[in-house]
Amino acid sequence: MSATEKEPLFSAKNIKLLTGPLGKNNPITVQVLGICSALAVTVKLKPALVMALSVTVVVAVSNVVISALRSHIPDRIRIIVQLVVIATLVIIVDQLLKAYAFDVSKQLSIFVGLIITNCIIMGRLEAFALSNKPWQSFLDGVGNGAGYGIILIVVAFFRELLGSGSIMGYPVIQKLGLYSAGYENNGMMILPPMALILVGLIIWFQRSRDKSLIEKK
Amino acid sequence: MENLLNIFIKSIFIDNMIFAYFLGMCSYLAVSKTVKTSVGLGIAVTFVLVITVPVNYLIYNYLLKKGALAWLGKGFADVDLSFLSFIIFIAVIATMVQIVEMIIEKFSPALYNSLGIFLPLIAVNCAILGASLFMQEREYHNIGEVTAFALGSGIGWFLAIVCLAAIREKLRYSNVPGPLKGLGITFILTGLIAIAFMGMMGIKL
Repeated sequence: MSATEKEPLFSAKNIKLLTGPLGKNNPITVQVLGICSALAVTVKLKPALVMALSVTVVVAVSNVVISALRSHIPDRIRIIVQLVVIATLVIIVDQLLKAYAFDVSKQLSIFVGLIITNCIIMGRLEAFALSNKPWQSFLDGVGNGAGYGIILIVVAFFRELLGSGSIMGYPVIQKLGLYSAGYENNGMMILPPMALILVGLIIWFQRSRDKSLIEKK
Repeated sequence: MENLLNIFIKSIFIDNMIFAYFLGMCSYLAVSKTVKTSVGLGIAVTFVLVITVPVNYLIYNYLLKKGALAWLGKGFADVDLSFLSFIIFIAVIATMVQIVEMIIEKFSPALYNSLGIFLPLIAVNCAILGASLFMQEREYHNIGEVTAFALGSGIGWFLAIVCLAAIREKLRYSNVPGPLKGLGITFILTGLIAIAFMGMMGIKL
């Protein structure tokens, strides 16, 4: 116990927990978690940012709570315990969003509630927090939240730029004068299926850069 | 009756859980490798949906909604407990999933083994909670409509996963570029099917 306590807060191993999920172990493109709520909120960049932030907060905090309780939770009822912790945190996030960012909260509609069933959170609790210390779990949570956020932001960036011709609501294409040159927004990008295809392309890109991720079959 | 049929058809094809809202994607992508397991999961999801959504509807309308507690007396007439809905919905769902799991384990051990980890994960299947939240948001008028909606959503999910599994079984023999194999091509496939489903948008029933 004492040997591990002396481990510095940001040892190489801990840093890896934080950065791994950003690339090689990304929750969306590699672990296939949390796609559910991810794709419907990426039409515009702003809700995607809010969503990414909310999920990161919930993953990190619930990881810490479950990790701190891990030796007290009976194995058989762990799923309900985890769900209660997550649901409580999500209610807090939801109420905060309603109070301070009402228009974004309206745009996200049911997807704030769906953070509860976001597989990333459950997945990380099951796979990591139940067998690791709170600090490591916190880093793991932040890392996975950020890894999820990055994909969300990349997808939302392209969908907003190509679909509505703006970034964060700022009309880039119009300011560049591309409309008068005959450019038109791609209406397809606003439709939900394009989010799936974009994620597919991101996976393609990532795996062709890093051959070790390619599936065998 | 006509109204119920409308909601039913609409939630299968137009508001399809997978293709219009991406709900339940995680297990959708992970379990759709063979038709057999996907049929099992599809049935389990439909079953859980048909039970949980009406139960949640009753709880929401008679306990949680603003003014819902009026039957308890005047003092409760403007109590608003709707902020509790997430936690209550998920508790109902988790309990129901536990029951379904025990039933399947008893009567069909083969199915139980092939579903593996994904059975308990139905509890965190976004489609199930999503349907309850849509029920809350769309304000259906009575329990019949809610049941039609739940059944339709379940069947829509079932059709979607079986359809994808059938395609993936064939896909195994085709020559997909290395980095796209497995997950990548599945995403693009789902996107393409979803585009086809968009053709049904705007159909007025």
